[in-house]
Amino acid sequence: MSGGIVISSPFAGRLNRTDRLMLQVILALIPGTLAMVWYFGWGVLINMALASAFALGCEALVMRLRGRPILPAIGDLSALVTALLFAITVPPTLPWWLTFLGIAFAIFIVKQLYGGLGYNPFNPAMAGYVFLLVSYPVEMTNWLAPAIPEVLAAHDLATLSFVDSLRLILTGTLPPGLTWDAVSAATPLDEMFSQLDHNSTIPEILQSPLWGDFGGRGWEWVGNWFLLGGLWMIWRGVISWRIPVAVLAGILLPAGLFWLFDPQAFPFPAFHIFAGGTILGAFFIATDPVTACTTPKGQLIYGAAIGFITFVIRHWGGYPDAVAFAVLLMNIAAPMIDHYTQPRVFGHGRREET
Amino acid sequence: MASPPHASQSRPGPRPLWTFHGGLHLPDEKALSSGVPLATAPLSPLLVIPLQQHIGAPAKPLVGVGDRVGKGQLIGEAQGAMSATVHAPSSGTVVAIEERPVPHASGLSAPCILIETDGRDAWAELPPPLGPRPDPEALRERIRWAGIVGLGGAAFPSSVKLRVPAGQRIHTLILNGAECEPYITCDDRLMRDRPGRILAGVRLLRDLLQAEACLIAVEDNKPEAIAALRQALATGEDLYGIELVVIPTLYPSGGEKQLIRILTGKEVPSRGIPAQIGILCQNIATAAAIAEAAEEGKPLISRIITLTGRAMGQPRNLEVALGTPIKDLLALAGGLGSGLRQLLIGGPMMGFACDDLGMPVTKGVNCLLALSAAEAPDPGPALACIRCGACAEACPASLLPQQLYWHARARDLDQARAYHLFDCIECGCCAVVCPSHIPLVQYYRFAKTECLAQEREKRQAEHARQRHEAKTARLERLEEERKANLRKKKEALAEKPAPARASASAPAAAARTMPLADASAPADSAPVLPAGGGAGSGAGEPGAPSGTVTALAGSPGNPGTPGTPGAPGTPTADTSAVDPKKAAIAAALQRAAEKKAALARQGQAPKNTADLTPAQRRQVEAAEARRRELQAAESASSGREQP
Repeated sequence: MSGGIVISSPFAGRLNRTDRLMLQVILALIPGTLAMVWYFGWGVLINMALASAFALGCEALVMRLRGRPILPAIGDLSALVTALLFAITVPPTLPWWLTFLGIAFAIFIVKQLYGGLGYNPFNPAMAGYVFLLVSYPVEMTNWLAPAIPEVLAAHDLATLSFVDSLRLILTGTLPPGLTWDAVSAATPLDEMFSQLDHNSTIPEILQSPLWGDFGGRGWEWVGNWFLLGGLWMIWRGVISWRIPVAVLAGILLPAGLFWLFDPQAFPFPAFHIFAGGTILGAFFIATDPVTACTTPKGQLIYGAAIGFITFVIRHWGGYPDAVAFAVLLMNIAAPMIDHYTQPRVFGHGRREET
Repeated sequence: MASPPHASQSRPGPRPLWTFHGGLHLPDEKALSSGVPLATAPLSPLLVIPLQQHIGAPAKPLVGVGDRVGKGQLIGEAQGAMSATVHAPSSGTVVAIEERPVPHASGLSAPCILIETDGRDAWAELPPPLGPRPDPEALRERIRWAGIVGLGGAAFPSSVKLRVPAGQRIHTLILNGAECEPYITCDDRLMRDRPGRILAGVRLLRDLLQAEACLIAVEDNKPEAIAALRQALATGEDLYGIELVVIPTLYPSGGEKQLIRILTGKEVPSRGIPAQIGILCQNIATAAAIAEAAEEGKPLISRIITLTGRAMGQPRNLEVALGTPIKDLLALAGGLGSGLRQLLIGGPMMGFACDDLGMPVTKGVNCLLALSAAEAPDPGPALACIRCGACAEACPASLLPQQLYWHARARDLDQARAYHLFDCIECGCCAVVCPSHIPLVQYYRFAKTECLAQEREKRQAEHARQRHEAKTARLERLEEERKANLRKKKEALAEKPAPARASASAPAAAARTMPLADASAPADSAPVLPAGGGAGSGAGEPGAPSGTVTALAGSPGNPGTPGTPGAPGTPTADTSAVDPKKAAIAAALQRAAEKKAALARQGQAPKNTADLTPAQRRQVEAAEARRRELQAAESASSGREQP
């Protein structure tokens, strides 16, 4: 008998481990990430590598400053998940120092200042993203065009090689002979809502070769692959179905109602699912256990509210996408929702007399 | 409900089953030990029999050191309403009655009777069999006598459980053969090897409780046990109303409240007992023990124990005499392997560590589990809670273990209670699924203990407060009564001042005639008596003799009597007029003086001054002189104070 003896029941082996849960989240990100690399080039991977290195460095530094063991904090992989989610949501051409700034904000201020893993009220990746979005809106909306021949041809666009991407991220210089206009394109959400602002009708907008079956070309496939990863996580029991389903329902329901009411001014509901960060948000971001609701009923409310707020901001707000804002808004409401949605405890009446 | 035996065998329609929230599919590990047929453990040379092997008060020893006992002899009588008897598991000699470590989660020692067995295993005289249809009271008494307790592990005295309160009726009897905890197979083995005995017990319980339905619940991971029971049900007689129900394997379906929910869809109210909803639960092994006690007159002196785990030499089940030291049993199961990490009493989910191999087996011990490092790997240090909610998903009581954890950790006991801390059954599901390996159940136990300690303190404080308040109220009441009396007497004085003054100035001898100073009335209780014993005695109340009134009215210590006519001149009269106590003293002094005078007349000196030394006599005379001086000065000063 050696150290590490359990002194009180249960003595049975533990069934889960935090690092394994985090690892499964990372694995579930793979298909969607590959699709993003496919459509948006090497910048995605370069950003991921940079963000991961920064995040682990920041985490280690904070733990050192706090006088806590560094390895368990790094080893729980939570900083890595934050870094990867952050890298996926920012444009693939983001200058390295912005990535650093966003990650540093996420790890130092949003996560560790509140006490580290488990204590942060806000999703660090989304807080870092929003911090950059409101501070550096231009850099944060410079999206590349998806590498699809029709799209590239229609707008006379070029793609970036690995070296070009690396140089762009590290030095901020485009390859000789290329301008921003030659590589970037509006995201489908941007395109849709700026056109709507110009009083174009949906059928007119959809004339562009940017559009695929539901959302933007390329974008919708990225969404599909993330969806695959998300479903795998539900199957593995890493996340519950409640939050993703509620987010999607929360966005589809109002979208469907408004579309029925005026199909000229409101896009087909599925557009909302396959545009922007809806899938990623529903399966990977809103489900962050630390910042989400934990009661079953609370999770449904929390998810539906995220979906609804996303829809509202997309249509009537100033930002093209809104998943990050919706998530942050609901993060801070989660404890209250949890409080009011406690499940009925075994042996207690339907209505608590307390 | 009176379905014939064949109906329960073929199960005409599947019985509707309910589910409970949460629960876990754990690796059951039952095959380790379930395959070996039941055997009886040989007798140990020394049996250690704790006087408390059950929930409730410990039994009172009926034997002394040196006494010879027979097998089955009553050696400990139940004490109080919640207790159980203890019997000698074999014949031999009582060699000691002392504190010994006993199998209990607290790890504390408790009084035990130590019996050195003589190897003859000779039975003491046993009560006669009760017959197939015993009188309910006789059966209850037999169960109480036999010291039968719940053998599922809780060791709740069965006779207490079976005494259904008036006004409650048990319509459903549930026999718990779920045995949901991993590794443990003692009930499985009992069902396989002695199904007839179990059914005999069920029959007795059914008749005792007049239950309409008796459901024997077995988890579906025990097909052999199910087959054996089915066979016994098909061939046995007088088994109407008894039904075998196979339930899905899901930990903790064998928890009483969970099992009731599965079988009936009903929930036992929080902090309530199943009898409140007309249900009673007994373990199948308890039923078998009841059958043995009724049909053969044998008390509970042995039980089946699973010895298992990958660090156990030869996992198996043994029928063991209660009191057998654990180390003797381990030898019978091939000893502990070198890979041992922890030896547990009970299962891996709810058991506790065995840290002394000399501890005896008791009625509540169902399993000795030797876990290897592979079975119970070091969970490592607890990490931060990531609020994943896996605990809440697993909780069979629908609690929010995570919130409970936060509040228990912060010692916020009120909040922990608000989150229903006391509905936690400590099944361990939450801790097992926690990815951060937080010992959640340990936190809840801590919080429960704290709550109970707090409650005890509160109760004590409340008790002290009540005592203090009662005392204050009593003193106030006495004071009120005294004042009321004074008022009354003052008024009486005002009505007839002249006789009052006359009475007040009467010599001390008059005091002897006063009711208060009467020898029959104790002097210290006198102030209460004239008030008629009640605070409501008003000024107009009759019956208080005027003499008393007068005597009390002159009390010098009372500030509320400024207008009282002055006290008379002589000190003796003053004393008698002041208060009945003083009057009594004065009367006594008077009597003593008279007696002294009478003695002097007879030419006898008072005894206590008879043989004083000259020095003492001088001292006495000096004191007498001082006293006289003081008296003179006092009478002079009181004379000046006269208006």
